[in-house]
Amino acid sequence: MILDGKAPTGRIEESWDKYRFELKLVNPANKRKFKILVVGTGLAGASAAATLGELGYNVETFCYQDSPRRAHSIAAQGGINAAKNYPNDGDSIYRLFYDTIKGGDFRAREADVWRLAQVSNNIIDQCVAQGVPFARDYAGYLDNRSFGGAQVSRTFYARGQTGQQLLLGAYSALSRQIKAGTVKLFPRTEMLDLVVVDGEAKGITVRDLVTGEIRTHVGDAVVLATGGYVNVFYLSTNAMGCSVTAIWKAHKKGAYLANPCFTQIHPTCIPQAGDYQSKLTLMSESLRNDGRIWVPKKKEDCNKPPNEIPEEDRDYYLERKYPTFGNLAPRDIASRAAKEQCDEGRGVGPGGRGVYLDFAASIKRLGENVVRERYGNLFEMYERITDENAYKQPMRIYPAPHYSMGGLWVDYNLMSNVPGLFVLGEANFSVHGANRLGASALMQGLADGYFVIPNTIAGYLATTKPGKVKADHPEFKKSVEEVQGASKKLLGINGKKTVTEFIRELGTTMWEDVGMARSKESLTKALQKIPAIRKEFWENVKVSGKGEELNQQLENAGRTADFLEFAELLARDALHREESCGGHFRVEHQYPDGEAKRDDANFCYSAAWEFKGVGKEPELHKEPLKFENVHLAVRSYK
Amino acid sequence: MRLFSDSIGRKIVMAVTGLIMVLFVVGHLLGNLSIFNGPDGINAYAEKLHQLAPLVWGTRIVVGLSVVLHAVLAVQITLENSAANPTRYAVQRSLKATFSGKTMIWTGLILGAFIVYHLLQFTLRVTPGLVRGQDSLGRFDVFGMVVQQFRIVPIAAIYVVGMIALFLHLKHGIQSTLQTLGWSNETLLPRWGVLGKTLAGILLVGFGAIPLLILAGIAGN
Amino acid sequence: MSAHASEHGTMNLKLIVWRQAGPNEPGRFETYDAKGITPHHSFLEMLDVVNEDLIKQGKEPIVFDHDCREGICGACSAVVNGVPHGGYKRTTLCQLHMRKFKDGDAIYLEPWRARAFPIIKDLMVDRGALDRLIQAAGWTSAHTGGVPDGNSTPIPKRAADYAMDAAECIGCGACVAACPNGAAMLFAGAKVSQLAELPQGQVEAPERVAAMVQAMAENGFGNCSNHYECEAACPKGIDVKFIARLNREFRKALVLDKVGALKKSAKAE
Repeated sequence: MILDGKAPTGRIEESWDKYRFELKLVNPANKRKFKILVVGTGLAGASAAATLGELGYNVETFCYQDSPRRAHSIAAQGGINAAKNYPNDGDSIYRLFYDTIKGGDFRAREADVWRLAQVSNNIIDQCVAQGVPFARDYAGYLDNRSFGGAQVSRTFYARGQTGQQLLLGAYSALSRQIKAGTVKLFPRTEMLDLVVVDGEAKGITVRDLVTGEIRTHVGDAVVLATGGYVNVFYLSTNAMGCSVTAIWKAHKKGAYLANPCFTQIHPTCIPQAGDYQSKLTLMSESLRNDGRIWVPKKKEDCNKPPNEIPEEDRDYYLERKYPTFGNLAPRDIASRAAKEQCDEGRGVGPGGRGVYLDFAASIKRLGENVVRERYGNLFEMYERITDENAYKQPMRIYPAPHYSMGGLWVDYNLMSNVPGLFVLGEANFSVHGANRLGASALMQGLADGYFVIPNTIAGYLATTKPGKVKADHPEFKKSVEEVQGASKKLLGINGKKTVTEFIRELGTTMWEDVGMARSKESLTKALQKIPAIRKEFWENVKVSGKGEELNQQLENAGRTADFLEFAELLARDALHREESCGGHFRVEHQYPDGEAKRDDANFCYSAAWEFKGVGKEPELHKEPLKFENVHLAVRSYK
Repeated sequence: MRLFSDSIGRKIVMAVTGLIMVLFVVGHLLGNLSIFNGPDGINAYAEKLHQLAPLVWGTRIVVGLSVVLHAVLAVQITLENSAANPTRYAVQRSLKATFSGKTMIWTGLILGAFIVYHLLQFTLRVTPGLVRGQDSLGRFDVFGMVVQQFRIVPIAAIYVVGMIALFLHLKHGIQSTLQTLGWSNETLLPRWGVLGKTLAGILLVGFGAIPLLILAGIAGN
Repeated sequence: MSAHASEHGTMNLKLIVWRQAGPNEPGRFETYDAKGITPHHSFLEMLDVVNEDLIKQGKEPIVFDHDCREGICGACSAVVNGVPHGGYKRTTLCQLHMRKFKDGDAIYLEPWRARAFPIIKDLMVDRGALDRLIQAAGWTSAHTGGVPDGNSTPIPKRAADYAMDAAECIGCGACVAACPNGAAMLFAGAKVSQLAELPQGQVEAPERVAAMVQAMAENGFGNCSNHYECEAACPKGIDVKFIARLNREFRKALVLDKVGALKKSAKAE
């Protein structure tokens, strides 16, 4: 089937304003009669719930954490982009739009990206009004920095904790609505199913993580803002609780999942220290501004202390391969290059999975004090984790899964193919295409929540009657029984391996075969291994305790079970996409110099997959992408 | 917003009454040190105070009210605080809290008891064995009374204990007062700490010297 | 670097952990062995090892809150040997590494203890009271949309930096857990100060501080005795100067209240 993204046509500059005017409205008196369920309280979810509540809708919001403020948006360090052009360096809405399309390697819908760039400016104003303490210059105006290789300074930041500050802003707006009674909060509550009645999303089934109670919530629309799925690699920069569960359940109920193979690997993370490790910690990419990346030329030097390796025996491979960009090569290129060095046996640190990021030259040139001023907090964090002093010896870094561009397919209204189901933020596939630019994730989350959904959801609600479906509808009972059945099944297996062992095994397979560099061979292998792990999981997992109580094993088991199904789709999507673009690199499709080779003739579309049953071949639907404003071009960073 | 029932409101009342008492105690010390000038010193000082009766009574009322308010709120707040944190940790380790801070309620209660005794003894003069005489100029002989009392070891000991309690109470209390009143920041707070300790130390040495030097026979002769 | 890592052996530790089945169940300490721990394990990864062992033995694993494991979400919370997060400067429990311990150490693990934080299970407590403080007043009434340009009101850099210092709070509740009085003054002080310092938050500053102080009492928090244990235990190094600011804001609001200005503006709303 050819999917229609419902993007407005005509001049792109007017597209959003015109569309907004044409959207239907909901009468203020009727708004409170509509109940909207918002799942997830990160930037997208909290901003959506707060704004919808403020507009007068009756909102219920859910998060698995004990407080909305803990959503993983909180961990974003770098900043948030906006096209304010405060520094007068040539930025504009058009340029942000252009950079996002190009950075995404031409795999995003133009109109959506335009809208994002347009509302980016409102986000900054909104956050300032909420009391977000953005960095300021000495005149008292908002400070900007250039980020992730952008040629303009359009990134607004709050020290190294921009995500935290923006989330706390959205959380405060949400808290205000909770007090006002327009939003009801359900913390420690995990969504385990989407309830679809007559083809429309009308509720969710949740598990109260404290009591274990499984119950349904009925609504007139469901908004998912449940984040990304890179924990499918097990070790990632995501929080431990981040999972694919909410969007996977929606997928199983009919929502298409688009471009799952578009995952972003961040190049500057602290390498894994041992098998017990539970997560990887990201360090700001800004480190690459002053650090030089190298590995020993000789394999036998890898175990030597780095300071004993003479200059001529060091390979500054990024500077060698990409003389123009050098150590500032884009995320995907830097990540892949690091993996290549380690695959060749020249990696350093535990397991040979690391490369040096050396500040010796900068310290010599600028002095230790300047380096400390710029990166002191990062060096401190590095030392806390590794016990190594990066002023004295080079840091070790390694790439780690970081962000998922793919997600549930949505149209221009952010509505999935299931009417009434809206998907925001990282959980949807929309604006980042095949690769997300630095400092754009926060922008998208808040754009979707504050400025897009409050408008577009009315378009849907105006076509439906409030309270159309009641809680006694048999679909709700069925959904509860399904969820209870799955829990019971997990608790009844009583096998020999723990949930963690399974997710580690899956993660290892995904990282090795579906990670940074994918091939037909590796993907085919993964597609054999994943179902085997899944099969063993359902025969041999050990989940103890009861369902009707707080049971963290059961929570993890449920999430892992979903990852085990989803992983197959990710690998399948990667196998089907016979091209390299953005975060998706197929070794068969590269230029002789190792650059990604896109295939616009055959793959200039979003791949939206329809669920057909576990282990069954999903059906592919394509949304062709048209580029009328930005012309398809090859990315080059030589 | 309520001064006498909101958490911070009551703390402000405690801080203000505390400050009043500190000011009083400082004045009291300055007056008392006249004992080291012999009978002419302190007896003249006492006589002078009696001539200023309205001022004395005004001070007594303000300070007395302060003591009562401070004590009542202290007991109330302490009870509330232990209710807000009913279970202790199995391992007790403080990173910053001091002995003087943690014993405020106890040093406060000791001071309360001390004040009662002190008033009965030297203001109402009803404690047993007290010598009430007149000096050669016909003034009430404060000097003789105090010297006689402080040469009794248990009485001198009561005073020393009382002054140690005062020291501990103010060592925490002075910086705490200024913090509670909001006159504090990262630069000022350490200075208030030093100020508090210094003032508390001066009061300890000043007040403590009186019974100790008299007991030792160095003063009061 | 692997040479460096192999210098450290593995450790065996004794954990004395508070186990409590539910809010109203009696709790007790249980002793567990943590074996084969390397200096590079984070504290929570050490607990993972113990839990994997317990699961395999068919015993109930230790329940604890955690999520981001990079020191920013504020979920992790346990008192290690009497101090929240273990008491290392600017370090949350998830960022505490086992190299701070020696082979054979006995480690006491307890949940946050305060009336305002009822125990849910083992080391997990209910910190909803902190959310309720923010709900009471930890916001500006800015409506979505219709706000002026971000640069329309210049904010002195020092004010922005001051607000950011306060805003670094991760809401973990260590301040309350460390406070001998179970008070939330550092948490509330940080939010009140952040918003009172910025022009956008000044508009509602008196109402905010009044509501916040009232909410602290309603949610079972104690009163401040200026011990500063909160500051010492705070994994983000939030300064007690923000408590002084909270007191100052309260004092200012009290004056407004007494002259009736606050009541009038509250009525107008």
